[in-house]
Amino acid sequence: MRAYTPKDNVQKKSYYTDRYWIAPQVAKSKVSDDKVFSEDLEAIKKAKIKVLDSYIQVEQMVVYIKPEDIVKTLQLLRDECAYTQLSELSAIDWISQRGGFEVFYQMLSMSKRKRLRIKCFIKQDESIESVSKLFRSADWSEREMYDMFGVKVNNHPFMKRILMPDDWEGHPLLKTYPLQGDEFASWYEVDKIFGKEARDIIGPEIRDSARVDRYDTERFARLGHEVAKGVEFNPDEEKKPLAYQEDDGVFLIEGFDEDKSQIISDRKR
Amino acid sequence: MAQHQVNYMQDGGLPVALTSIDKLVNWGRSNSLWALTYGLACCGIEMMASGASRYDFDRFGTIFRASPRQADIMIVAGTLTKKHAEFIKRLYDQMTEPKWVISMGSCANTGGMFNTYATVQGVDRVIPVDLYLPGCAPRPESLQYAVMLLQKKIRSQKAIKTQKPKRLM
Repeated sequence: MRAYTPKDNVQKKSYYTDRYWIAPQVAKSKVSDDKVFSEDLEAIKKAKIKVLDSYIQVEQMVVYIKPEDIVKTLQLLRDECAYTQLSELSAIDWISQRGGFEVFYQMLSMSKRKRLRIKCFIKQDESIESVSKLFRSADWSEREMYDMFGVKVNNHPFMKRILMPDDWEGHPLLKTYPLQGDEFASWYEVDKIFGKEARDIIGPEIRDSARVDRYDTERFARLGHEVAKGVEFNPDEEKKPLAYQEDDGVFLIEGFDEDKSQIISDRKR
Repeated sequence: MAQHQVNYMQDGGLPVALTSIDKLVNWGRSNSLWALTYGLACCGIEMMASGASRYDFDRFGTIFRASPRQADIMIVAGTLTKKHAEFIKRLYDQMTEPKWVISMGSCANTGGMFNTYATVQGVDRVIPVDLYLPGCAPRPESLQYAVMLLQKKIRSQKAIKTQKPKRLM
């Protein structure tokens, strides 16, 4: 059982203590430890593909190759090594540390019951060849990679953003992209619908989710204190009981009598 | 000569009700609030539950319509993304006057927990909202209460007036 830690006042101290904490790596083992994987690695090496690094981590083989060999390698793995599925494909932003992206291809072999990951490193301004002719799933994954990281893919049938709008600026999964959006993102809907001149009227976004102004009747009124928009809120006012209708009744509609109503206490009824 | 006189001012068992035009029109409007199906996220599930038999929106005259041309209110139920913002505005513009908007749930009110680049921080940045319904997600009872409050609001308005188109700005 997990050791109990007191949960009183957990919100008193911020739990984001170290922003730059680097998670420890899971232990790696040699490829020769696994018979299936070492055969696969031999097949890759035999096809004159330069293997930069290879290891096994969490029962999956990771192979680093050069970006120009990527189509050749994936074709080899699919046709000869029975890795028939490309389950995931994306990029990792290493721009600040290494000046580029690590592109990974997660492969799955149903017959061998093995997963392996092909990785390659490209510079920030480089592009990578599409594998969408080999795997249908790569089509959308590559579009997503372009959308989120700005990694361009050569010979892709339909190189277009997939998640963000077509006229979006910036690539949101880059480490340099702010979570709450840049200037363009924060005004996107206002600029697009009303035009830039409407910015002054609509005003900037309120990003403080904890901001509650109980006297602000322009935006909210609390339950039991419902007031019309913009009416001055009187804090001394007594709380009104929940009223479904006006006190003097509604035209042609039978008044709601709480005493006559039946309250169902049996939830399973 | 038959002296046959009916006092129409008195309801002598006749199906006559006297009222003002305002009340009559508002009675019609407030009790046939056809809602546009606008489930954007999990609040949409609660909205559907409100429409189904247990909570039964039909008894308020609220029937969900899949076309903005036939709808009177728009219940924005869920997270509005920036990509979708122009479409909600277009659908709102396609609704015929008079029209009302209920912003249902935290995400529609303020962006809620999605304090990110891709979420509109409150639908009131795009379309004018009549009623904000808090909750994450609000229970069907809350949505019923919101609709009843909106009915109350409609009844308090003048029915016949020059229709000033509702614009955000």
